[in-house]
Amino acid sequence: MKFKPTFWRLTFVSIICLGIYSAYVRYAHGLGAATNMSDQFPWGVWIGFDVLCGVMLAAGAFIVTGAVHLLNIEWMRSVVRPTILTAFLGYCLVIVGLLFDLGRPWFIWHQLIYMNPHSVMFEVGFCVMFYTTVLFFEFLPNVLERLNLKRPLRWVKGVTAGLVVAGILLSTLHQSSLGALYLIMPTKLHPFWYTPALPFFFFGSAVAVGLAMTIFESSLSSRVFGRQLELPVLVQLGDVLLVVLWVNALLRFQDFFHRGQLANIVKPSYEAYFLWLELTLAFVIPISLLSFKKIRRSANGLYLASVICLLGFVTNRLNVSVTGFETWVGHHYFPKWTEFMITLTIVASGFALFGLAVKYLPIFPEVQPAPVAKPVGAVSRSVSAAPVLAEHAGD
Amino acid sequence: MSKALLYDATICIGCKQCEVACAQQNKLPYNDEIAAEAVQSEHKYTVVLTKQDKFMRRLCMHCEHPACASVCPVGAFHKTAEGPVVYDVWKCIGCRYCMVACAFAQPKYEWHSLNPRVRKCIMCPDRVKAGQQTACAEICPTGATKFGERDELIKEAQNRILQNPSNYVPHIYGLNEVGGTSVLLLSSVAFDQFAYPKSEKLGDKPMPEYTAQVMSKIPDFIPLWSLVLGGVYWITHRREDVAAAEMEEKRKQGSAQ
Repeated sequence: MKFKPTFWRLTFVSIICLGIYSAYVRYAHGLGAATNMSDQFPWGVWIGFDVLCGVMLAAGAFIVTGAVHLLNIEWMRSVVRPTILTAFLGYCLVIVGLLFDLGRPWFIWHQLIYMNPHSVMFEVGFCVMFYTTVLFFEFLPNVLERLNLKRPLRWVKGVTAGLVVAGILLSTLHQSSLGALYLIMPTKLHPFWYTPALPFFFFGSAVAVGLAMTIFESSLSSRVFGRQLELPVLVQLGDVLLVVLWVNALLRFQDFFHRGQLANIVKPSYEAYFLWLELTLAFVIPISLLSFKKIRRSANGLYLASVICLLGFVTNRLNVSVTGFETWVGHHYFPKWTEFMITLTIVASGFALFGLAVKYLPIFPEVQPAPVAKPVGAVSRSVSAAPVLAEHAGD
Repeated sequence: MSKALLYDATICIGCKQCEVACAQQNKLPYNDEIAAEAVQSEHKYTVVLTKQDKFMRRLCMHCEHPACASVCPVGAFHKTAEGPVVYDVWKCIGCRYCMVACAFAQPKYEWHSLNPRVRKCIMCPDRVKAGQQTACAEICPTGATKFGERDELIKEAQNRILQNPSNYVPHIYGLNEVGGTSVLLLSSVAFDQFAYPKSEKLGDKPMPEYTAQVMSKIPDFIPLWSLVLGGVYWITHRREDVAAAEMEEKRKQGSAQ
């Protein structure tokens, strides 16, 4: 295969090169040389984005598998594979991110032998470890089908129910516990974000983002590979997303109200600007967009709404982990370029691996009725009219 | 009984002997340059701050219910029976949750090391265990830093305030803050002038309780939620089985006719 230097490919290659250099700086000269973290800001963008957002962006799998396997919501079946792929890649990349962030990553296995059950971090660590294993087995059928290994495929499918239940249990625990990490800092985290309800909000935003991410990745892969889910499925996901966003927004409002913060959040301040940004992107714009039937029914409208919604919740997590501490600390934190490059490399790897998986594994249904957007790099495999959905019937 | 340190800022003369002794005890570098640094760091566990003619020491508070010990995923921190909150470096994975969680921002990090450790005052645990004073208390020429039983030091602090009410802010910092600490402070000016968090903001509730409220629910939550999920699965799939069986029945009946 000849390498065609398109814009995105060149961008990807330069990101990876700078990422490798940054990784060298990180491991050869330490965290101090590679990052802007300090005694005042011990957690930077690697925790704020790579871990907090990474786990959130990978939340789709437990929602969709639960809906399909526990609630028998059949129309979501074609969504199962792409969300499991996203989640599996997401969690693997979260662990990669942790290997950069931990001061002594070579001792990460200490988690297994020195356990402190009082620590939220311990609980998150264990759940992430187990859930990544669960996701591995949920992802495995893609590979087994491709290699035509019938017997192991039957074994894995035999334990699907167990995997799904375990996946939901572990996800409920650690998605919310990521918020619980911050409960011990009532004096440090700004009152806009510190609330006893943090675990609930982290869970609620994970549900919203899980759905938005599914719409996003399907839309994106249709643009790049000409492969995607059918529009009616995306439309229904959009409907659910709208409801979930409303629930999230109302709960946030109630929380501000009960903690007497309503008067403060409308007053301009450094934190208020970031809060406004977050609320606008996470709630105001996506809810407004999705409220129009015309937008809710169009592929482009759904794509736009889901991307803005994702940006909003990413802002939310960065606010909790960075903005919310700046007043207490007394100065600002902004990631160093090497720090930023590592994060970008992780994100870019995620996109690339997703693309490879979509290209070589049976992730999306093969035949699609009327592509929504112009497929850019048409990589269509045999466009035989073979009954596609039958292939996924056993998921 | 647990030991404690009582630091009385009104007696302190700002000689920084405690800084010197601390550096010696912990084998840290100390010179004029470091002496001039007015912040704690990986090489300066305690610092004497100066504001006009007032002094104030900063060091790890050695909380009765330390947040650092509660948040550490590998249990690298623990509070000893004698009072010091100590750190087991061989367990540490470097997640720095202790630094984020500490309300007094005491743990510092070796940011430029390739095998970094968390650094903070550990209240000379070996000396304390051997019945000696901490290095800083031993060297203090005026007795501003005093080592002793926590209960007795509290009584003494109360007496000092009673006898000289005009000399002191009527408050022993560390008596009840975050559930009490093993470092007690007396001062003639408000503690927050030296970046100590305001007492009313900290509250008397031990910090680990904020997470314990959630964590304590988990042992009940796991079996309950599994049961619900398993139950839902059973019900939805039972419905499918029944429907399939009924279809089969109908088909049979149809073919029999």
